[in-house]
Amino acid sequence: MKEPTAAPAIELRGIDKRFGNVHANRSIDLRVAHGTVHGIVGENGAGKSTLMSILYGFYQADDGEILINGRPTVVRNSAAAIAAGIGMVHQHFMLVETFSVLENVVLGAEGGALLAPGKARARTELAHLAREYALEVDIDATVGDLPVGQQQRVEILKALYRGAEILVLDEPTGALTPPEADHLFRILRLLRDQGKTIILITHKLREIMAVTDVVSVMRQGAMVAHRRTAETSMEELAELMVGRKVLLRVEKTPARPGREVLRVEHLRVADGYGVERVKDVSLSVHAGEIVGIAGVSGNGQSELLEAIAGIRPLADGRVVLNGQPVATRRRGSDPRKLRHLGLAHVPEDRHRMGLILPFEACESAILGYQDDPRFNIGPFLDYRTIVADTAVKMGAFDVRPSDPHLRTASFSGGNQQKIVLAREIEHDPDVLLVGQPTRGVDIGAIEAIHRRLIAMRDAGKAVLLVSVELDEIHMLADRILVMSNGSIVGEVAGDAVDEGQLGLMMAGIAPAASAAGAGTMP
Amino acid sequence: MTPAAARELPRWATAGLLPVLNLTAAFVVSGLVVLVIGEDPLKVVRLLVWGAFGFEEAIGYTLYYATSFIFTGLAVAVAFHCGLFNIGGEGQAYIGGLGVALVCLNLDGLPFWLLAPLAIAGGALFGAAWAYVPAYLQAYRGSHVVITTIMFNFIASATMVYLLVNVMIQPGQMQPESRAFSADARMPFMHQALAGIGIDLAASPLNLSFVWALICCLLFWLFIWHTRAGYALRAVGANPTAAIYAGISPARQTMIAMLISGALAGCLGLNELMGVQHRLLLEFTGGYGFVGIAVALMGRGHPLGIVLAAILFGALYQGGAELSFELPRITRDMVVVIQGLIILFAGALEFMFLPLLTRWLIRV
Repeated sequence: MKEPTAAPAIELRGIDKRFGNVHANRSIDLRVAHGTVHGIVGENGAGKSTLMSILYGFYQADDGEILINGRPTVVRNSAAAIAAGIGMVHQHFMLVETFSVLENVVLGAEGGALLAPGKARARTELAHLAREYALEVDIDATVGDLPVGQQQRVEILKALYRGAEILVLDEPTGALTPPEADHLFRILRLLRDQGKTIILITHKLREIMAVTDVVSVMRQGAMVAHRRTAETSMEELAELMVGRKVLLRVEKTPARPGREVLRVEHLRVADGYGVERVKDVSLSVHAGEIVGIAGVSGNGQSELLEAIAGIRPLADGRVVLNGQPVATRRRGSDPRKLRHLGLAHVPEDRHRMGLILPFEACESAILGYQDDPRFNIGPFLDYRTIVADTAVKMGAFDVRPSDPHLRTASFSGGNQQKIVLAREIEHDPDVLLVGQPTRGVDIGAIEAIHRRLIAMRDAGKAVLLVSVELDEIHMLADRILVMSNGSIVGEVAGDAVDEGQLGLMMAGIAPAASAAGAGTMP
Repeated sequence: MTPAAARELPRWATAGLLPVLNLTAAFVVSGLVVLVIGEDPLKVVRLLVWGAFGFEEAIGYTLYYATSFIFTGLAVAVAFHCGLFNIGGEGQAYIGGLGVALVCLNLDGLPFWLLAPLAIAGGALFGAAWAYVPAYLQAYRGSHVVITTIMFNFIASATMVYLLVNVMIQPGQMQPESRAFSADARMPFMHQALAGIGIDLAASPLNLSFVWALICCLLFWLFIWHTRAGYALRAVGANPTAAIYAGISPARQTMIAMLISGALAGCLGLNELMGVQHRLLLEFTGGYGFVGIAVALMGRGHPLGIVLAAILFGALYQGGAELSFELPRITRDMVVVIQGLIILFAGALEFMFLPLLTRWLIRV
């Protein structure tokens, strides 16, 4: 790493920002040297995104100043940020899917009323950029047809085309396969070597260790530490983020699988447009084991989970629960009936599906169990019992604040997820379907959630886990099924996994030798 | 629907202070209009308030108008809790009135204690039936309920003209009206009913429908916030995807909400026909169905708020009538302007003052 001699590319001095009574940024100081990859880590709500939004001109800081290349700069909006040489690659891409790559790149920088001259200029410029930074992408392809990794390259190209010298990437690997992520990191190193400055925001410590030169840690709106990456460790960073010691790995004993509880046979699921998203999937889950489904997001896992849970109709195949067929192509299932039969479901997206945000926590805590006789007196809901029951669940899962009357939306992501888990686990199901149990959840809460899932397994329950976090699958699953493009392409034992091989399987490239056993008993 | 900022504010601020601010803004702008016409705004306000609440008879009139607004306000609110915008209150009330009239015209031999529940059932049933088709089209065919209910208002209007001109008209009459209800089939006026227990009131059109309206408020409150069915209905309104996850069918809840909504709107006929007009006639709904939308919005979908908003609009109706009588330069149209401004500020610009209020409250 080069030692910075000139003024830093970016210097933030005493940046302070409040939203109402939330103190999102507390007097933040940050120096990012020229030609470095600078990581910023922190839990959700630590203030990383707010800080970057201030840098990019989405918000104005209440106090403090921004220096770019040593010059105090007022970034009033994103146009000013672009003019100052800052480019942003958002977590959710800002692309027009029906436009070509070229059209997306010139969007907002057309350089005149007529498109043709600007596009011609962009074409030569893009060819040059692509060569220089290994950002190959077909510039005449429609963006919606490109894989996610390439769409991200389009975002980077957009920033570079606008003359960005400083590139901010917000959680860039969220939707990428491991090989795509590796490719991204190669691009970032190349950009750095050419003198660009890169700020990488992430919560994945592994990526920080792999690609950054310097790392800054945020906690509760404050900047708590700066470290040279070479001189720190994942354990130290995790501790700095959370403010206490964290176990990154939850210990578990070998599984003792019992009888088969859930069996899925030749399942096919089509989405609303008639496109087949799950293609002839068979699998089985036994009592006392956690079966993990690994795969890049969007490869049919969500649809599989929702079909088993009775939310999506089956195009073909059947689901057997405790030896009893509960759903076939002709006879769809009903989530309410499945709950009675002992199947609980923690959905992937708690905001969209798992909770009703405007409801009080106690009302969200009976969602799906509103018909349970325990919670009803005749046609009336028994709020006294419901509130008491919610309070008990909140205590058992350490939900904070422990107030059953607080609106669901007022809880943090981790605590909302605990409400969903408490609801589903405390009903003592035989089968637990879990989608993305720790998405957007703080490190401290992740540990607790993982412990719960393992405790479920040890209590003899069957758990089917879908996650795009490979680490999580590794840590929890006794068996791993890899899903790619709607099919299960391989199965591996949870403890004997070669990450490289798993990555290739997720990309649908190399079915593993053990793939023959997919969907049957190990 | 509520912006993020509202979450940080206590309930008294969003549910109490904000409507008051909206109302104040509406009155300030109305005052400016009055100034332009060349009258003294303070005098106008004094006359308006006196006309609505200044004497016993006025209060009776105000509450009589409020009764109709409570029915239509509750109707809009129940659909709103399910995420539906029922613009068809007017048509449902119109057809509901037909139901009330059919009971009153055909069963008037029955004693009042038996006839009244039947009239309520008739109004509710006909109102719900008129909501059924738009509800079905929304729930199972995806036709937007706003469009279909508006269209059904026109169908209701045309149907009633046909029925009154050709079928139900009193023989030998030019006026498209049914025959008058017999004395047994009339809702007792409040001053008559209370005279029976020794309380003396000035005569006004206020009748026992007001009591039924208040009972409906109580039932509404119990249903929405304390029953399993109300929970399911609100779940669909707040998050249909989560409702499906919980095994609640949004289509079914759409049907339920719209039928209840139509039934409540259908009760309007009790107040207007059985209570005051004592016959079925054209256009007795008089726009109550539409003002009900504003009442529901101002009342924040809560029965208590709806009663308060209904009394406000009742006061405007009654006070406005007195006002145009006292000050000929202020016509009835002027009162409609004030109403319009209130609807504009309390409905369409509901959250205009919210950022201001948030900033101010958090600083304090």
